[in-house]
Amino acid sequence: MMPTPPSPAAQPTGPTGNAWVPIPFTVVRRRREIPGTVTLWLAPPEGYPFAFRPGQFNMLYVFGVKEVPISISGDPGTPVPVAHTIRQVGMATQALVNLKPGDVVGVRGPFGSAWPLEHARGHDVVIVAGGIGLAPLRPAIYSLLRHRPQYGNVVLLYGARSPRELLYARELERWRGRFDMEVLVTVDRGDRTWHGHVGVVTTLFPQADVFFSPQNTIAFICGPEIMMRFTVRELLDRGVPPERIFVSLERNMHCGQGLCGHCQYGPFFICKDGPVFPYQKLATLFGIREI
Amino acid sequence: MRPDLSAMDTLPPSPGSTVAFEKTALDILIATLRQRGYTVVGPTVRDDAIVYDEIGGVTDLPIGYVDEQEAGTYRLRRWEKDTFFAYTVGPYAWKKFLYPPEERLWEVRRENGTLRFTEAPLPTEQYAFIGVRSCELAAIRIQDRIFTGGPYVDPRYQARRERLFILAVNCTRAGNTCFCASVGSGPQAEGPYDIALTELDEVFIAHVGSVLGGQILAEVPHRPATEEERAAAAERVQATARTMRRALDTTDLRDLLFNHQEHPHWEDVATRCLACTNCTLVCPTCFCFSVEDLTDLQGESAWRVRRWDSCFSQAFTYTAGRPARQSIASRYRQWLTHKLAGWVDQFGVLGCVGCGRCITWCPAQIDITEEVARLREQPPQTERSPS
Repeated sequence: MMPTPPSPAAQPTGPTGNAWVPIPFTVVRRRREIPGTVTLWLAPPEGYPFAFRPGQFNMLYVFGVKEVPISISGDPGTPVPVAHTIRQVGMATQALVNLKPGDVVGVRGPFGSAWPLEHARGHDVVIVAGGIGLAPLRPAIYSLLRHRPQYGNVVLLYGARSPRELLYARELERWRGRFDMEVLVTVDRGDRTWHGHVGVVTTLFPQADVFFSPQNTIAFICGPEIMMRFTVRELLDRGVPPERIFVSLERNMHCGQGLCGHCQYGPFFICKDGPVFPYQKLATLFGIREI
Repeated sequence: MRPDLSAMDTLPPSPGSTVAFEKTALDILIATLRQRGYTVVGPTVRDDAIVYDEIGGVTDLPIGYVDEQEAGTYRLRRWEKDTFFAYTVGPYAWKKFLYPPEERLWEVRRENGTLRFTEAPLPTEQYAFIGVRSCELAAIRIQDRIFTGGPYVDPRYQARRERLFILAVNCTRAGNTCFCASVGSGPQAEGPYDIALTELDEVFIAHVGSVLGGQILAEVPHRPATEEERAAAAERVQATARTMRRALDTTDLRDLLFNHQEHPHWEDVATRCLACTNCTLVCPTCFCFSVEDLTDLQGESAWRVRRWDSCFSQAFTYTAGRPARQSIASRYRQWLTHKLAGWVDQFGVLGCVGCGRCITWCPAQIDITEEVARLREQPPQTERSPS
């Protein structure tokens, strides 16, 4: 059966019933993951209900600085405190990674579409992540493992630039130790400590081929656009149906509600039609420069 | 024989009826709206252009003015007739009232170790727009879909829109950059309006669009419009359509744009386009904005504003350290493709109403109708339409 595109996100509810006004969440834990990248756990005010679906994002506001869209990287089974893994790129993300437990941030969300786990049942699941792209996929991995018997083989292909930039390294090792999940890791450039695979993430496919049957596979991809383009090509070449390949896109959302126009991608608003899209919807746009 | 305007009906004219009133009596209509608490906004002359601003009565209207528009040219002049609405649209669209160029969304204060967010009070303005043209009504219908069509509704737009009174005016003269007839948005006003006027030499012919419109007209000395007057009014509007010089061919427009995404013609436009953002600012349907977070000097309170922004600005797509659309070619392509193709997917209508503002106010004289015509001459490279 052909999966339908993910349904629109549930409306976030603030105290005013207005998706514009942030809710104050408190940083309860901070972990430095890799250089320049931090995970923050944010607790909502007492009694404030917060739930999300894997792949959705929040808008995070640092007092007096700026607001930015950040995907949720924690376990949807234990949605609070909500985890965000943030890579320092600009002014706002710098302010975010410098926050400490006790600090308060404004949160709006969750926004956007989700990885279609309901359509993954009975299928082999191939997850391909590049760099920080593993963060929005991690909630999907937690969900898959929580309901593990519902799915076929679960395969994670992960690529980072260097060994010290491998995100969630300890978790990767733990997942790799499981008998019900395959984890293949590569780095673009190795160093003296590295004995694993070297090469871009698509070079893992020859190794991964034995772990999934393409006709019965659903794939979730997140990473730089060029990485996603080449990954899609590998999957299509192997016979994975285009309607079962899903990608997550990134743009600089300002509103999260399909109103401000910043995240337009062809006819889509990434914030409300995405960020997770079936590749089929994007097939004619993917790869057009500066779309 | 001069019709007798003193023979007033006692009941307000009902929606769907057509009445006539002396042109100077528009003053009474404006006064009535003001008495009822409306901020009455209409065309005035400022800086040698037609600008929508608050008006107190008919003396504020640009009586006896006409405009001359061409690509990159706007000239306002007086002519020999005492016409009230002979000019066409100026640089400002009504969106500046329903969706102001800048507005505060909320404030936040540091308080007891946490942040207290307070939503900015919902707007209370009650506007009456005088002289809304058919293309502009089409634009308001479009922005209604954008801001109130869901799934997310903009409460600030909605609050202003719900209280809006619209007096539309059918165009009796086509500007040189107008092309509403070709995109199906004029020159005859379609809803939503409370009253729609057509200007004849001696009187206004008023079509009642709502119960409220009838109630307002009841305060103005009027009489039923004669058969001849109605025919004359219709003929003036038809003549406007006939004399419109520009046209946008909408045949398969969506696919035309999506199938030409990688066409060299975009580079050609980019050699002319200055990315000045004028077209998006004057456009009555363009809706993109940015939010900006500001703080006081003590660092105790902060607030968020939203401001009109433009897909022509390089910073507009700044994501993770670089703009997604760096080249002007890609930004012009985005604007045109959104307006004429993506818009249809998003809101079920074209994003262009044929008002011609983007043509008139482009300093490089880029003409949307011309660029589409030139794309049509070029074969597409690939089937690109998203299904």
